Amino acid sequence: MAEVTTAPAIKEKEPLFGKKEKKLITDPLTDNNPITIQVLGICSALAVTSLVLPSVVISVAVVFVCAFSSLFTSLLRTRIPKSIRMIVQLVIIATLVTIVEMVLKYFSYPVYRQLTIYIGLIITNCIVMGRLEAFAMANKPWRSFLDGIGNGLGYGLILVAVALVRELFGKGSLFAGSAAEMKIIGASSDYWINTAADGSWFSWYSNNNLMVLPVAAMFIIGIFIWIQRARNPELVDIS
Amino acid sequence: MELVNIFLKAAFIENLVLAYFLGMCSFLAVSKTVKTAFGLGLAVIFVLGITMPINWLINEYLLSETGPLGFDFSFLRFILFIAVIASMVQLVEMVIEKVSPSLYNSLGIFLPLITVNCAILGGSLFMVAREYNFGESVAFGLGGGFGWFLAIIAIAAIREKIRYSNVPPALRGLGMAFILTGLMGIAFMSLLGIDPAAFK
Repeated sequence: MAEVTTAPAIKEKEPLFGKKEKKLITDPLTDNNPITIQVLGICSALAVTSLVLPSVVISVAVVFVCAFSSLFTSLLRTRIPKSIRMIVQLVIIATLVTIVEMVLKYFSYPVYRQLTIYIGLIITNCIVMGRLEAFAMANKPWRSFLDGIGNGLGYGLILVAVALVRELFGKGSLFAGSAAEMKIIGASSDYWINTAADGSWFSWYSNNNLMVLPVAAMFIIGIFIWIQRARNPELVDIS
Repeated sequence: MELVNIFLKAAFIENLVLAYFLGMCSFLAVSKTVKTAFGLGLAVIFVLGITMPINWLINEYLLSETGPLGFDFSFLRFILFIAVIASMVQLVEMVIEKVSPSLYNSLGIFLPLITVNCAILGGSLFMVAREYNFGESVAFGLGGGFGWFLAIIAIAAIREKIRYSNVPPALRGLGMAFILTGLMGIAFMSLLGIDPAAFK
C-alpha cells in the first residue's frame, strides 16, 4: 500500500518561460499592439505625448499597473462574481495607481508635481481594464502577468515614438525637463541649430504649432498604422 | 434658458470627443457601422445623463466641507465617481445583454470599457470644476452625451461612405479613422478658438 502513495501522478509541467510566454511579451510590441491594432489607450496617448519625459514616466507606470493588476485580477478571477466585476477591477487599478503616485512623489517631487494629473488618468486608461477583461479574467496568473508587461511595453513604444516626433517638430527640443535635455533647433543661441543666427541655413524653419495640439497625435498615429499595415498587409481590416 | 444654453454648448461647441478628445478609444473602435455606433451612443447618453446628477449629489452632500458630514473628503472623489460609473455601466451591460444579444456581441469588450471612457469621468470632473448646480449638471450630462452620440454617428457614417473610396490599402479602416478624427478635431478647434495654451 505504501508504494501507491510514494508514486505521485506525473503532472505535465508547463515551462516557466517557454515559446508561448515569450510570444505574450513580443506580440503586443508588433502585430497585436494595444494602440495601433486593439485601439486601447488612445486618450492618454493624445494627452501626454507633447513632451518625451512625461511619456516615458507614464509608460513605466502603465507597465507596472498593467502587469500587477493583471496578476491580482487573475488570482481572484474565480472568486469575483460577474455582477460586480467592474467595481472590483477598478478598485485594484485605483489602488495600484495610488501606489505609483506615492512612489513617484517620494523619489522625484518635481516630476510628480508636473505629472500628477496624468498619473490619475491611468485609472481611466482603457488599456489596463481592457486587458483585464480580455485576458486576465480567463487566464492563469503568470501568463496574465506577462501579458500585462507586454501590453504595457507595446503601449509605451508607441507613446515614446509619437512624443519624439511631436516634441522635435513642435518645440525643437528633446527630453525637455529632464537632466538629458537637448535643445535641437530654435530661434536663440541656446539651441544647437540657431535659426535666428546671421546667414543660418535654417532661417526658413520655424516650429510647427500644430504638433503641440492633440490633433497632431491623431495624424502621427494614423501614419504609424499606415506604415505598420503596409509592411504587414494581413493586419488590414476593411471595415 | 440657461439650461438650454448649457445643453447646446456641451453638445456642439465643447464637444467631449472632438474638442477635448475624451473617450477616444471606443469612439474609434466601435464606429465601423452606424448601427453599432447608434447603440453605443445611446448607452453613453444614458450613463452620462445618470451619473452626472448622482455624482453631483455625492460631491455636494458627501464630499464637500459644507455638506452634512462637515469634512472635506475631496480626496475620495476619483474613487467614488468611478464606483458610481462602474455600477451604472454594469447595469447597462446587463440590460443590453438581455434586450439585444446581437448588439451585446458587436460591442464586445467596448461595452464594459464605457466605465473607463474618459468622457464620462471627464464630464463629472468638468462639472465639479465649473461649479454647476443640480439642474445644470443634468443639462450638461445630457448635452455631453448627445454630443458624443452625434460625433460617433457622424464618423461612423463617414467611415461607411469612405469604404467605397480609393484609399491606400494599408490605410483602410483604422488608419483612415484616425486621420478623419484629426480633421474633424481641427474643424471643431475653430469653434473653441485656436489657442494652444487651452489644450496644454
